Amino acid sequence: MFLWKKVMAQRILSIIGSSIALIFSIVLFSQVWQNGTMVIQAGNWEAPYGITLVSDTLSATLVLLTGILGLAISVFAAGSIVNARARFGFFPILHFLFMGLCGSFLAGDIFNLYVWFEIIIISSFVLLTIGGEKAQIEGAVKYFTLNILASVIFLTAIAVLYGITGTLNMADLSLKIAAIEDKTLVNICAMIFFVGFGIKSAVFPLYFWLPASYHTPPHAVAAIFGGLLTKVGVYAMIRVFTLIFTLDPFLENVLMGVAMLTLFSGAVGALVQRNLQKIFSYLIICHIGFMVAGLGMGSTLALTGAIFYMIHDIVVKANLFMVGGLLYRINGTSNIKRMGEMYARYPLLSLLMAVPLFSLVGIPPLSGFWPKLSLILGGLETGNYVLIGFILFGSFMTLFIIAKVWAEVFWKKKEVTNPPANFRFFEAHTQREKILILIPIIFLSILSLGIGFGAGPIQALSERISGELSDVSTYITIVLGEKSN
Amino acid sequence: MEILLALMTGVLYAAGIYMILRRSLVKLILGLILLGNGVNLLIFLLGGITKGKPPVIPDGPAVLGEVFAAPLPQALILTAIVISFGLQSFAIVLIKRAYKVVKTDDLDEMNTTDENA
Repeated sequence: MFLWKKVMAQRILSIIGSSIALIFSIVLFSQVWQNGTMVIQAGNWEAPYGITLVSDTLSATLVLLTGILGLAISVFAAGSIVNARARFGFFPILHFLFMGLCGSFLAGDIFNLYVWFEIIIISSFVLLTIGGEKAQIEGAVKYFTLNILASVIFLTAIAVLYGITGTLNMADLSLKIAAIEDKTLVNICAMIFFVGFGIKSAVFPLYFWLPASYHTPPHAVAAIFGGLLTKVGVYAMIRVFTLIFTLDPFLENVLMGVAMLTLFSGAVGALVQRNLQKIFSYLIICHIGFMVAGLGMGSTLALTGAIFYMIHDIVVKANLFMVGGLLYRINGTSNIKRMGEMYARYPLLSLLMAVPLFSLVGIPPLSGFWPKLSLILGGLETGNYVLIGFILFGSFMTLFIIAKVWAEVFWKKKEVTNPPANFRFFEAHTQREKILILIPIIFLSILSLGIGFGAGPIQALSERISGELSDVSTYITIVLGEKSN
Repeated sequence: MEILLALMTGVLYAAGIYMILRRSLVKLILGLILLGNGVNLLIFLLGGITKGKPPVIPDGPAVLGEVFAAPLPQALILTAIVISFGLQSFAIVLIKRAYKVVKTDDLDEMNTTDENA
């Protein structure tokens, strides 16, 4: 804030700040891993009256991923964001966004979660509109309307929930909801929550704002949006539907039905697009379907798959959008029909880009394979064969789309492009900028390779998380103290 | 009082949703503002309206003795009002900007981002 005009200082500070955040998130994660769920009662007001921050393994893992992506994106942004944007406060707002993300993962109070959501959306509005190009503004209007609408619906659900139970602490809510005999109003309230979070996480039929806006901002912003923003909605869904509401057959059917349609419409939508960023946007929607499916099946194994998928997807999607940015810089266009010859011109770079692309598909040793295995086994266990069909369809379409992108971008002959005036190609960047752009892509690619080849620990982590989510009594005891029993 | 507030909430929601469905940008923002106010009233209503003293504990006793108004819904509404105020001011700047850049306030014409290029 004090260095509003000094762009270089902002870049360096941003990277240092993200590194510190990463260190703290590693410390938090290792503490939670060793000692179990941790709680802070803000202002020493005891739960359920005060604001509670809770870090169980799921929260700690997501905060750790936010830390990792935060550092990667700070570095990428330092290399790729032009000074004009940085002068309007790009970097401070980016860090506000990270703060909101960490806060919402740690919130132990449903209204507090709402406040963090608002911090996230207001910073994302600014990030989306900085620059003020026509497409950006148009995308922002849609993004803005739908997100405010989602917040209003979320707040309505909170109001109804407060009316039913008279409390806002999630652990306390869990106890009070379980004690209610007549579930009609509770189910209605759960559906309002589902619509609110559904808009945020872009499930069918509430996703139309996403492909209309995610390809308009700079690629560094699209990476954080694609990697983490929609996952916050999924996180909130997982948290609310495991802790507060118990899944009954009606809710499970709704979740699974929505998951099927999301998988289908995302995959088909991606099929007809020619803009690389839009293809990735539709693939986000498609893959949200996997996570909702894992939640909806209501078995611990499927939930393990959903959690693992979320961990894998956060890393890979952010990386994909950065790769998209790099391809745009190299080719001067985002249209895959006009790109080409990447493999002939940049063989090493192409191999690097192949890692996130094919991790997304989940070709066996790579990271997308293992969670899908858990999801399908979970489906077989619960007997949801139609859902398995849609999961396989989603995977197959992803494979087809990525193969198409690979053939168009890396093998085909390049066509003549007409980039916008004063466009700077990747070759024209300084050595420092090139390194700053490449490091995060390499880093995240290694990470997703690590998730793929070292799937054992991640699977153990996901199993522990889904175990914690399925048995909420520990969470409640730790948050409310011993007196609740 | 409850019935009046319930009706008001309903009217605000209905008017807000109607306005959002209009094509004009300005009406869209007005709709969002109305919806936001509707939610605030809903929290107020569902928090339970009690006629009572302000919830301030006097010196001496540790808990409130008499009937008092619940402080939590008021705190929630205050937070929600502040947040929606911030969002609305941003929205108004955004539509002004959008009107200047796109040169229309008709939402149906803001569709260049959906073109397949």
